Amino acid sequence: MKLHEIIEILGASIIVNTLDMDMQIQNACSADMMSTVMYYHTANSLLITGLSQPSVVRTAEMAGIKAIVFVLDKAPADNIVEMAKEKNITLLKTPNCMYTASGKLFQSGLPSCLGK
Amino acid sequence: MKLNDLVEELSLEVKTFKDGLENEVTGAYVSDLLSDVMGNSKKGEVWITLQTHLNIVAVAGHTGLAGVILIGGKQPQEAVIQKAESEKLTIMSTPLSAFEAAGKMYQLLK
Amino acid sequence: MALDIEKPIEGNFQIIGGEFDTAGGASSHLKSKLVELGVEEGIIRRASIATFEAEMNVIIYAAAGRLSFLITPTYIEIKIEDMGPGIEDLDQAMEEGYSTAPDWVRDMGWGAGMGLPNMKKNSDEFKIDSVVGEGTSIEMIMKLP
Repeated sequence: MKLHEIIEILGASIIVNTLDMDMQIQNACSADMMSTVMYYHTANSLLITGLSQPSVVRTAEMAGIKAIVFVLDKAPADNIVEMAKEKNITLLKTPNCMYTASGKLFQSGLPSCLGK
Repeated sequence: MKLNDLVEELSLEVKTFKDGLENEVTGAYVSDLLSDVMGNSKKGEVWITLQTHLNIVAVAGHTGLAGVILIGGKQPQEAVIQKAESEKLTIMSTPLSAFEAAGKMYQLLK
Repeated sequence: MALDIEKPIEGNFQIIGGEFDTAGGASSHLKSKLVELGVEEGIIRRASIATFEAEMNVIIYAAAGRLSFLITPTYIEIKIEDMGPGIEDLDQAMEEGYSTAPDWVRDMGWGAGMGLPNMKKNSDEFKIDSVVGEGTSIEMIMKLP
């Protein structure tokens, strides 16, 4: 699924834009626990999370995740935005909760990231 | 929809309080953060999470959740099972990921 | 193909317990170095994740700790020593999903009991020693092809 399609489906706004909007996102992972993200995440996946701590961007950096969606319109603090710019990670936010965001994307055909 | 209607679609293994399968489910809340669940989930929702520690029982009770679905095949420990039974909380386990469990449930509820 | 470096590259970092906001500085530094050296992406990812988990463990559980890395032509070595409470039962600590983290740590997205398993999974060699009341030390090696 293309990144711009994800943005449309979620009614998401772009906080930090580092990617080509036509970039293909392979799959998605919904999680708040960062070790689990690093354990199961594959490259080119989308991270859907309710956690807006700096360590989310660090986790993405280490795991090679290129795009993060914050649910419930959680706006990350300035230091998180700066770190994402520096590390080339796209940040989005959606008014949907994690359930609805996952539901809409799954229904539109985006698969789950491998593993659990 | 009842919790029971989710069992097959989400390949749920019921771990505690089977009577609760008759509970009405209004939606779901997906989160691994206890304070987030306390603050944002609504009564009658089922909670989808990877957290398996004892406090999930209290959080589910406070919020009036219809049940808890543990993802990735996670299993509750004995102490959690005992507390859930005594507080009449239905805990289930699915092999699916949070994304997929939410996705499938979303389609059912639509 | 071993790395084309004349002498091993070292890094030393101090980690302060409780500093969640700046967590990951050492791993980020190591990752940049490995990218610069043209190390294969999969190995960079493994080394970065294992190092970040190790850093987080110090931040979550210990008062302070020290992390060092060594990049040689044939392997990456990462060592962490902390002044923390130590681990009583190492076998239990290595189990996926086992954690002694308090709720406030879980609310920051950590303490799911996957940290040590993650370090082990991403290392070719993994060694952990711990003394209750003194601290924990971990050594990890990722081989370079």
